Amino acid sequence: MKILLAAEATNGTARTLTITLFLLFVAVTLGITLWASRQTKSAADFYAGGRSFSGFQNGMAIGGDYMSAASFLGIAGIIALYGYDGFLYSIGFLVAWLVALLLVAELLRNSGKYTMADVLAFRMRQRPVRTAAAVSTITVSIFYLLAQMVGAGALVALLLGIRPGTTFLGMDADAAKIATIILVGALMIIYVTVGGMKGTTYVQIVKAFLLMSGALIMTLLVLAHYKFNLSALLGDAAAASGKGNAFLEPGLRYGVESGDALKTFYSKVDLLSLGIALVLGTAGLPHILIRFYTVPTAKAARKSVLWAIGIIGVFYLFTLALGFGAAALVGKDAITAQDKAGNTAAPQLAQALGVDFLGGDIGGATLLAIIAAVAFATILAVVAGLTLASSSSLAHDFYANVVKRGQASERQEVSVARISAFVIGAISIVLSIFAQNLNVAFLVALAFAVAASGNLPAILYSLFWKRFNTSGAVWAIYGGLLSAVLLVFFSPVVSGAPTAMFPNSDWQWFPLSNPGIISIPFGFLCGWIGTVISKESDDEKYAELEVRALTGAGAH
Amino acid sequence: MSTDAPDATAPEGAADAGTTAAPDGGATETAAADAGTTPISPERHLAVQASDEFAGLRKALRGFVFPMTVAFFLWYALYVILSAYARGFMSVKLVGNINVALVFGLLQFVSTFLIAWLYSRYAERKLDPVADRIRAELESEGAAR
Repeated sequence: MKILLAAEATNGTARTLTITLFLLFVAVTLGITLWASRQTKSAADFYAGGRSFSGFQNGMAIGGDYMSAASFLGIAGIIALYGYDGFLYSIGFLVAWLVALLLVAELLRNSGKYTMADVLAFRMRQRPVRTAAAVSTITVSIFYLLAQMVGAGALVALLLGIRPGTTFLGMDADAAKIATIILVGALMIIYVTVGGMKGTTYVQIVKAFLLMSGALIMTLLVLAHYKFNLSALLGDAAAASGKGNAFLEPGLRYGVESGDALKTFYSKVDLLSLGIALVLGTAGLPHILIRFYTVPTAKAARKSVLWAIGIIGVFYLFTLALGFGAAALVGKDAITAQDKAGNTAAPQLAQALGVDFLGGDIGGATLLAIIAAVAFATILAVVAGLTLASSSSLAHDFYANVVKRGQASERQEVSVARISAFVIGAISIVLSIFAQNLNVAFLVALAFAVAASGNLPAILYSLFWKRFNTSGAVWAIYGGLLSAVLLVFFSPVVSGAPTAMFPNSDWQWFPLSNPGIISIPFGFLCGWIGTVISKESDDEKYAELEVRALTGAGAH
Repeated sequence: MSTDAPDATAPEGAADAGTTAAPDGGATETAAADAGTTPISPERHLAVQASDEFAGLRKALRGFVFPMTVAFFLWYALYVILSAYARGFMSVKLVGNINVALVFGLLQFVSTFLIAWLYSRYAERKLDPVADRIRAELESEGAAR
């Protein structure tokens, strides 16, 4: 209503400033990466940053890895357009950290070395388990990576204010999207191949600091606008939404009640399914799990999760203010005019706040530029973490332990990891260019569902169930992975609905968009069946795993 | 304390051990190099695992994290279920425009912070001292040998 993003006069200023700030971020992070590369000598340096980070540093880095553009722009956008339901995401994403804190972080830190598979394969036959873990790690990471890169491409045109029909440096919106995907991909390859885990971790820390600062400033400005009266902000948001009180209640987006009883039933089960996947997915995300190896001890791993919970929790409280603030101060019409999915709500809010508080159009352009640059930094940091996770798994699990059967030297392993990062990065760039029309939220939800259905059962059984064995681990990972992917393939997200990936085809029979409520129990069941049908068990290795996991004796 | 060899695993377990001997051996050596000690023997692992002190540590850990996991999961599930099926209740306004749904959601934040804090306090008091003692014992044996 009030402000359409980047009115022509401020367009040039905001764009120049955004690009300048972004280039500054790139320059600083590349400097750090070069510095980190000189400190990166051993495999432990490359994969685990030399295990030299403090709990606080790693907590910040976890925040940097976890608070993706989907969280920052996506959740603020969902709240701005659908009100309360966006908050459900925040809560699921936060509560999920308790699984990591209580059940996974410390035991994984003690018993593993570089990858998730180190723990899964600890007392199992190496080759089948590591192959399965590498497949699942790369699947989850690539889905997540595509989501971020496609998101980056979609955002750049909006954040730089390139409209259909206009050009920037001779590029129209489509060319600019492709150029952005290539730029983001190239930078993430450089961060990972040159800086390894050490460089990547510092990039995450810088990004987390910038994101938290940006979100804090905007939150304070929104609250100041309403004289720190939360009720007034909510009232204004509800009024501006045109939905009234319903805007402040669950049900506008998830678990929607329609006239059709069956549709309503499925819609509500879908909400439960989403909730379960959000809570159980986090502790199975490989790029999050490998962060626990960057600290020296299990106690430091615990401290890093505590910091992460604090940072992420506060951040999600900020997004609440940002989302409702955007609904009230920018308005639904202005947001959807920019982006139907609401992804530009936060930058638009920044502009509105800048005009309000910093003085006119220049103020608006300045704040918009800062927040847009932060959004780019966010995307860049997350994709670097994902590339590192998948290349580590490819090199350490697949190359060193499956292909070379544990006979590869450290040097060879790290070279392969660098090459893998390059190859995975290049593949992601190509896939992202072709996948530009995929729904970003769908890709993230799929990554969470696979992580919760395949990886989490295998990890929990490994750490807590003596009887668990090779067959069980392989069954759990493939069972969970396949059930999640297949159910999504036959869901209304892929076909048979107007909003589907293939709206004109229909092979849909599974009624839910989120497979978690079926695929997660199925993954656990597969792990159990796989275990009991095999006689294998290794009491000595389990004793070693349990003693090491609980006490840290013999830990890397 | 029992250090009996696990005979139940005999045929298949032995075959597996054969195929994985190389990588496992490599991993154990590096572990020892990192820790600066000689490797801890399988017998010692079994003995420690069977010791009362270790059993106490395992019980103290599981006795906290399992019930707490069930508790926060049910508490979260209650919130999601109410969001889906008790919209009337969730829409009740408490103060101004602040309704039950918002307060319930914010309480999930509070409970998450609270559980994290409780766990860290518990771990520092009840878990870390025992774990450190067992670890120091095992690693000093290795260094003495």
